[in-house]
Amino acid sequence: MKKLSVMRRKEIVAGFLFIMPWLLGFLAFTLGPLIASFIISLHKWDLLNAPRFIGLQNYRVMLRDPNFWNSLRVTAIYSFSRLPLTLTLSLSIAILLNQKIRCLGLFRTVYYLPTVLPLVASSMLWMWIFNPQYGILNYLIWKYFKVQGPAWLGDERFILPAFILMSLWWIGSNMLVYLGGLQGIPTELYEAAEIDGAGMFARFRHITLPMISPVLFYNIITTLINSFETFTQVYVMAGDIPRRNAQFYIMNLYNNAFRFYKMGYASALAWAFFLVLMVFTLLIFKSSSAWVYYEGTVKGGEKNG
Amino acid sequence: MADHVHETKMDGSAVSTWSKKSIRHRTWMAFVYTVLILGGIIIMIPLYWTLSTAVKELDQALAFPPVWIPNPIVLGNFVEALKAMDFLNQLKNTGIITFFGILGQLISSSLAAYGFARFRFPGRHVLFIIALSTMMLPFHVTIIPRFIMFQKLGWLDTFLPLIVPSLFADALYLFLMRQFIMTIPVEMDEAARIDGCSFFQTFYRIILPMSKPALGIVAVFTFLSRWKDFMGPLIYISSQRNYTLALGLNALRHDFFVEWNLLMAATTIVMLPPVIIFFLAQRHFIQGVVVTGLKG
Repeated sequence: MKKLSVMRRKEIVAGFLFIMPWLLGFLAFTLGPLIASFIISLHKWDLLNAPRFIGLQNYRVMLRDPNFWNSLRVTAIYSFSRLPLTLTLSLSIAILLNQKIRCLGLFRTVYYLPTVLPLVASSMLWMWIFNPQYGILNYLIWKYFKVQGPAWLGDERFILPAFILMSLWWIGSNMLVYLGGLQGIPTELYEAAEIDGAGMFARFRHITLPMISPVLFYNIITTLINSFETFTQVYVMAGDIPRRNAQFYIMNLYNNAFRFYKMGYASALAWAFFLVLMVFTLLIFKSSSAWVYYEGTVKGGEKNG
Repeated sequence: MADHVHETKMDGSAVSTWSKKSIRHRTWMAFVYTVLILGGIIIMIPLYWTLSTAVKELDQALAFPPVWIPNPIVLGNFVEALKAMDFLNQLKNTGIITFFGILGQLISSSLAAYGFARFRFPGRHVLFIIALSTMMLPFHVTIIPRFIMFQKLGWLDTFLPLIVPSLFADALYLFLMRQFIMTIPVEMDEAARIDGCSFFQTFYRIILPMSKPALGIVAVFTFLSRWKDFMGPLIYISSQRNYTLALGLNALRHDFFVEWNLLMAATTIVMLPPVIIFFLAQRHFIQGVVVTGLKG
């Protein structure tokens, strides 16, 4: 029997003690609730009466629930419209900021500032902007296009575009992450390409894009998760029972859990949410080996170009 | 095409090529500045619009076409908004939650990060991977069991559900702190150990002081996430005296139905603390985002 030295044993004990502030929290507030959530999803429970085991009934109900499908549709439209807009806009701004300009700090501050504001306050602000009668947006539309703007949050057709438009106000965090990536590209690469006669587009396509692909990858994942989790602005701006096209997934989950106290059903919704997000994240991860370029890793075949 | 370009280059004198390039460069830079400034103005308009509405008289706030420069400037709106939302009490509540959140994260994330960075123990690698993967886990998956748990503990409508979970290291900050501690040379630890420091003393006297930049990042981002939290208070807090600023501001929606000037005054007040912190600690924010991809 190998005997661990006293020092080694001390190290193991100390290591475990040091990670306790994470481990205990993980067990009590993540792993425990995660498992409990699945068990609850197999029950009918309104918190007043004792939970009743009903097997997979909640999941069956969910698949036939038009509200579930509608919330998934709304959330998907929002997320997948927002994603390309946010990614390209923030990358464009980041590239412009990376042009050895003056007042870089000032511009960076201006573009990043909206992301530090509390979401409730930002929601109030945008409600005021979207106000159909007095709002600045409809005034500008009227002034420059001479047409009466839509009712935005009060119109089933315009409520999702309103939320997408509003989300573009927060391109700052994506932009900063890009900027970090851009600043890490050695200038020699561009100089060499220029000598080889590569034009601006070619340089972007063959140097910038591959070099920032890890950052792009990161931005895609975080923006997508963040979009799927949209709740606060919907709750504040669209009312407690929002219009059909503003029934976001988490809103529907919240209503089922904390308005109707259908704990079992809401837990099933939570697990379905978890699975949907996992599938998307895994798909992006799987695809990443084809387009994310990590410096220093050797890959089969030449990089295209 | 390529030949043609080559020819003109050969033909033109060095000076003219240079100035041509310089003209092209100048046009490009003019384009860059124009777009950046226009974009900056578009980003700032909503904020200006909020602030200007906040100091307008009601009829001016509701004027069409809108009045860009308020006249007169009514600072009394702020006073009225503060009164309506029971501001001091809500500030105190938000402050308590935020304070314990920051303190808890600073202590727990640095302790756990030190454990992961410096000690070899069985399962360390697996546990760290698990910690990382929880970053991807939407907290919404766990809210229902958490709610039931806090209800059973009798913690509903207190600050405990908002404080206690944030006393335990968040995976994001754990990761950030660990990455930082790994850059501190192990020789520092060893020297301290030879001098007779215990593990904890080494942590407290050597690692912690050297981790200040990373701790700064943890502090500002915890501040933001605690300050702006809405869903947590919405679920756990029910009585008005326990409202946080986010809840208080949301409740004003129903009180000031048409008084947009007062609503915007309250909005400005709630926005102000994060903006101040942002300007004071900008370095930490920028570093936090650039180095680790933390998002506010």
